[in-house]
Amino acid sequence: MATTHSGGADSNASEGFLDRLVGRFEGPNTVGNSRRFWAGFAVAVLALAAYPLAVGSYQASRFSLFLVYAFLGLSLSVVWGYAGILSFGQVVFFGFAGYTFGVVSVNFATPAGITAAFVVAVAGGALLAAVLGYFMFYGGVRNVYVTIITLVSTLVLHTFMAQTAGDAWTIGEAALGGFNGMPTIPNLALGVGGAAFTFDSMTFYYFVLALLIATYLGLRALVNSDYGRVMVAVREDEDRTRMFGYDVKRVKLAVFTLGGALAGLSGVLYASWGNYMSPGVFELTFASLPVIWVSVGGRKTLLGAVIATVGIEFFRNSLGGELAFVLVGTLLLVFILGLPGGIVPWVQEVYSKRRGETATSEPTEASTEVVDS
Amino acid sequence: MVNGLNLLFQFLDSFAFIVLAAAGLAIIFGIMGVINLAHGEFIMVGAYATTLANIRLGLPLPAAMLAGVVVSAVFGLVVERVIISGWLPNLISQLAVGRDVIEPLYDRLADSMVATWGLSLIMVQGVRITLGNSLDQIGTPLGNIAYGGFSYSTYRVLLAGVALAVLAVTYYVFTRTEYGMRARATIQDEDTARAMGVDTERTYMTTFAFGSALAGLTGALYAPTITMVPGLGSSFLVEAFVAVVVGGPSVVLGTTLAGGLLGMINAVFSNLIGTFFGRIMLLLTAIVMIRFLPEGITGYVERLRERRQEGA
Repeated sequence: MATTHSGGADSNASEGFLDRLVGRFEGPNTVGNSRRFWAGFAVAVLALAAYPLAVGSYQASRFSLFLVYAFLGLSLSVVWGYAGILSFGQVVFFGFAGYTFGVVSVNFATPAGITAAFVVAVAGGALLAAVLGYFMFYGGVRNVYVTIITLVSTLVLHTFMAQTAGDAWTIGEAALGGFNGMPTIPNLALGVGGAAFTFDSMTFYYFVLALLIATYLGLRALVNSDYGRVMVAVREDEDRTRMFGYDVKRVKLAVFTLGGALAGLSGVLYASWGNYMSPGVFELTFASLPVIWVSVGGRKTLLGAVIATVGIEFFRNSLGGELAFVLVGTLLLVFILGLPGGIVPWVQEVYSKRRGETATSEPTEASTEVVDS
Repeated sequence: MVNGLNLLFQFLDSFAFIVLAAAGLAIIFGIMGVINLAHGEFIMVGAYATTLANIRLGLPLPAAMLAGVVVSAVFGLVVERVIISGWLPNLISQLAVGRDVIEPLYDRLADSMVATWGLSLIMVQGVRITLGNSLDQIGTPLGNIAYGGFSYSTYRVLLAGVALAVLAVTYYVFTRTEYGMRARATIQDEDTARAMGVDTERTYMTTFAFGSALAGLTGALYAPTITMVPGLGSSFLVEAFVAVVVGGPSVVLGTTLAGGLLGMINAVFSNLIGTFFGRIMLLLTAIVMIRFLPEGITGYVERLRERRQEGA
């Protein structure tokens, strides 16, 4: 019913292959359904691709961390923004996958071993999310209690990993190292034997960038598909969605698992970026960062998650020092109180108002109709 | 014998810790539907105010503790007016642009969590910037109780007594005073309460200040026993959370039962395997409890009672 594609100017264009392809990425659940958006997108991608050439490999390597975090931001955006599950535990899967990658890759430090570690770790993040999700959703845990369970899971892992110092916690050649963390995790490599490729800081940047663009487009296609509509329906009104015959628990579990895989991917890239993993990633401060990114960017948009993640981390990192967290906290307060929708939907609204268009395909809040408190 | 005593005192210790840490959080959550993730930082305010009043201003310890409670209650009041209800920003924006900018965070669980988390980040870092990474600590008063080869800090035993007193006072306030009646009416049905002439806005304000004062009291009481660092609140937050979730909707009974159960689990596992495992078992208990009793212990008790009444 809500398939109003925006941009009357585009409708005259012939229904070519490109249009149908782009049509997959457009829909009511994402912002930017116009020629102008895709032109801007192309410019942004080109700018990101040119960035390392302009600033050198050190800055590129610094920046690639922010792109790595963007996967974590996206994972929460899908889980919270689209399926309505506020998870404080995305770092659980992030950290678990990071440690898994560390353990496997330290033990099998060949390119083939590292490739396997990459796959195993991402799958591990997804599996852990599936187990936790099954436990919660099929156990009837709902709403804020999901948030609390994920929060507590984070604390469990933090407490647990912090005491893994000593020989008892050495897996093969990999020592977990307690508070000191796990050093000497190898760089990311893909391939087998002679056809293998190990990433340095420049190539890692391009790899992460390409992967991020692919993930973003893939998620856009997902949330604008029929399945994406079901996800949004679950977010808007769980009971009504169930009455329509959808298996709400299964949808939530699937989305949560996908979120775990994305957070796991982020964790693997993080571990190989810094060659290091420590219980610090399970700290509450770090666990709250995805929530901050997604709230500020606008949780109901994927673009918002990416922009806010990269923006805030760039800002925080450049600022460094003691004031960083005060500013991040203030940012969070101001946005959650004054602009609960987030920055990207707000910009879009202002932009389309200025162009005199009627409100574009952004779905209006269902709360005009359904009020449950 | 010594081991049994040890276990008993450890139980009293964790019971007091859990109850005191949770009381303020439980009240604010139960009545306002606000999850205050800055609860630990409210405790920190109480602890810091007490320490500063004692060391810098030279007040005697009981007076300093009172100061800690008052400071955190006032602080809580300010936070409620500025952030939770958005009264002050809305007043300003009414004058400036003629409309409200903030919707109150009452009963918006997720948003209140995110907003108070932002507040807690600001508070921890703000204290670190203004007061440095640590503060001198007040010595633990009252000495030790000794029994043969066993000795334990008298002050920590006293804390268990204070925890019980806090529960008793809270029970009295919510069942025997007019404020308590209004507060319970507000929980049950806000609209009807308002229609009956209850100033719900003021009830919320008072409740938040009361919860903050209890947090401040916790901070004041524990100030002599913990290291004074800006992040000290996080060590309370976890236990508080777990207790509220395990306890369920009934504030006093829930907190008491949760404190008893979790205190026992913590004492036994800490004694058997070590403090780390005591803590992990606490957290795992919470996860399992939410899974099987999403409404907490008192929610379950309530349901049983309703079922029995229907059957009768």
